[in-house]
Amino acid sequence: MTTVKKYTKSVVENFDLYAPKLVSKEEFFNAGHRACQGCGEALAIRLMCKALGKDTVITNATGCMEVISSLYPTTAWTLPWIHVAFPNAAAVASGVEAGLRALRRKGKIADRRVKSVAIGGDGGTMDIGFQALSGAMERGHDMLYVCFDNEAYMNTGIQRSSGTPFLASTTTAPAGKKIPGNQVWKKNLAEIMVQHNLPYVATASPSYPLDFMNKVKKARRVKGPSYIHCLVTCPTGWRSASETCIKLGRLALETGIFPLYEVENGVYKLTVEIPEKRRPVEDYLKLQGRFRHLTPDQMQVIQARVDLEFKKLQNKIDHSVSWV
Amino acid sequence: MGKRVGMEVAIASAEAAALCKFDVAAVYPITPQSHVAEHLSDIVNDGRVDASFITVESEHSALSAAMGASATGARVVTATSSQGLLYMHEVLPITSAMRLPIVMLIANRAISGPINIWNDHSDIMPQRDTGWISFFADNGQEVVDMTIQAFKVAEHREVMLPVNVNMDGFQLTHMVEPIIMPDQGEVDRFLPEYVPYATLHPDRPVSMGTLAMPEIYAEAQKAKNVAIVNSKKIILEVWKEWEKLFGRRYEPIQAYRTKDADVALVTMGSMGETAEIAVEELRKQGVKAGLLKIKLWRPFPFAELRKAVQGIRVLAVTDRACSFGGPGGPVFSEIRSALYEEPVRPAIVNYIIGLGGRDVQVEDFMEMVRQAARGKLSEPYVFYGVRG
Ligand SMILES: Cc1ncc(C[n+]2csc(CCOP(=O)(O)OP(=O)(O)O)c2C)c(N)n1
Repeated sequence: MTTVKKYTKSVVENFDLYAPKLVSKEEFFNAGHRACQGCGEALAIRLMCKALGKDTVITNATGCMEVISSLYPTTAWTLPWIHVAFPNAAAVASGVEAGLRALRRKGKIADRRVKSVAIGGDGGTMDIGFQALSGAMERGHDMLYVCFDNEAYMNTGIQRSSGTPFLASTTTAPAGKKIPGNQVWKKNLAEIMVQHNLPYVATASPSYPLDFMNKVKKARRVKGPSYIHCLVTCPTGWRSASETCIKLGRLALETGIFPLYEVENGVYKLTVEIPEKRRPVEDYLKLQGRFRHLTPDQMQVIQARVDLEFKKLQNKIDHSVSWV
Repeated sequence: MGKRVGMEVAIASAEAAALCKFDVAAVYPITPQSHVAEHLSDIVNDGRVDASFITVESEHSALSAAMGASATGARVVTATSSQGLLYMHEVLPITSAMRLPIVMLIANRAISGPINIWNDHSDIMPQRDTGWISFFADNGQEVVDMTIQAFKVAEHREVMLPVNVNMDGFQLTHMVEPIIMPDQGEVDRFLPEYVPYATLHPDRPVSMGTLAMPEIYAEAQKAKNVAIVNSKKIILEVWKEWEKLFGRRYEPIQAYRTKDADVALVTMGSMGETAEIAVEELRKQGVKAGLLKIKLWRPFPFAELRKAVQGIRVLAVTDRACSFGGPGGPVFSEIRSALYEEPVRPAIVNYIIGLGGRDVQVEDFMEMVRQAARGKLSEPYVFYGVRG
């Protein structure tokens, strides 16, 4: 197994010492919503909002989070929030940004920066919302897009998306007698976003809350487009115990399946240390019913791929150069 | 005072939007709307209007971005045509449900397949039930006037609905017409600053576009219907004010020589002008022909229609779109159902004409009137002049 050669200390580390005390007590994504027990997505959104603060407008793609948080006449949101449809959160948020910019310039609203932030699931981001996302990022709006990737269309009943891992069983790529689940490898959207020349791209997980919030803050400061890909546990869809929500995020990192890194102006950097000796992928897979059908051989195929992807990332960390 | 200019209508429509000082435009190009998109961006990039122009990657995103901007309280314009309008379809009813007063300029064009870039109304008809107010213009002057009126109607506190202004692709968009362009002072006096009801801003956070269960979804739909039905009153007020200020009269249904008419054509859009000539020619030949031009498609002017058809023996309704396997063209079925309860009502025949840019000439309208005057057609609706 490859070991990590270079873990660059980031501001996160210093931040770690006192940050928990500094985290806002204010809630912008409030209790009383209808998310499942152990929902990593709802937790991540709560943390994201704390990091973003008050001067934010949220655009939410259709999906679990819109459904659980906005049942009329109630709302979990105390940030300004809009939901329009499934494929267009990035486009709507780009309009929010353009509207706020024009109105501020013309003196029609208060003269201060309000950040436009779009959020969507893996389906709303990596599949049906992909074009709108690419367009909004390419146009250079001053906006942040956060994808909460629970690796399937959970809202509609655990159907496969392009974020679904290889061989995971979903309701449209089931572990059948002949075909053992999803037949293709997960799309690497963070990398595709890097290729849009964004000033800031990061991966994140609510299992590392300070790292995540720090990245959100950093992305918020960027005057231009930024993207965060946040892996979130879905106990319902992953067929995992609710109480393993945080643990699974940690195992995703410790196995190297989902490393936490950021790309600032083209420079790749790990932000959370990965153990020298990574845990075998099996430790992560075996806790989830969606991988229950895997044979040892299949796990080895996954292990080999994770090793390869890790090596590729390591290479970028070692060799990437800043474009500024 | 406004100035009389010779101007391409597509460009004039963008100029009209500029006179309304839009804050944001989000537009994706498509023939025959492209000159609108291009000219709007000229206006912004030359600094003639202080606005943001969003060069979206699709029409779905055009209307979505327009919604996001409108939700912040910006005055927003967009424009499209044909496939682009179909591509927007998902977003159209959400715009009206969220009561965002966006104005959309539509260069009406046929829809695929086969692919065809020329004019008919098959793009707007599938959008009929999305809760947008729909104006139809006859000529360039009406395009300009209706564009300015559209903002006033849309943003009126008692309306708060999106409005689309339909102009026939090529037949209008690409014609250079004599147009009286209102001047900035006139438009400023007519069109007040937009004062939104609620906006996306942290100083007063709101949730927009929430989920509704069956217990409330139906009420939301009913509320939208009430809003668009009630908008007619405001539209009529705005048109009255327009007439007072600019001297040009607008009515939901404009009657042309129908007072003593025996047979009347019904048109929507630029073909009304050709039909007028046909009516004149028929009158010269002693045929008592008339014409009704529909300018307001949604909300449909039921009362005005009932009044307008009084005394008319036969209505020859023309449609520029099909309702496949349905009762006839969409305008026809609307009119027939509007008159069903009337104790005395005209016979109604339906001609589906001008599909995909098929030319319809003065003589064609004359022939339709002559056929209709003889009474019932062999079929409930006829594809006029179509082979096969
Ligand atoms: C155009 C369109 N297609 C399909 C749907 C149905 N739909 C709603 S949410 C959803 C899946 C959401 O999945 P994802 O984006 O991964 O978010 P999650 O619910 O998992 O958080 C689907 C397929 C829709 N609302 N609109």
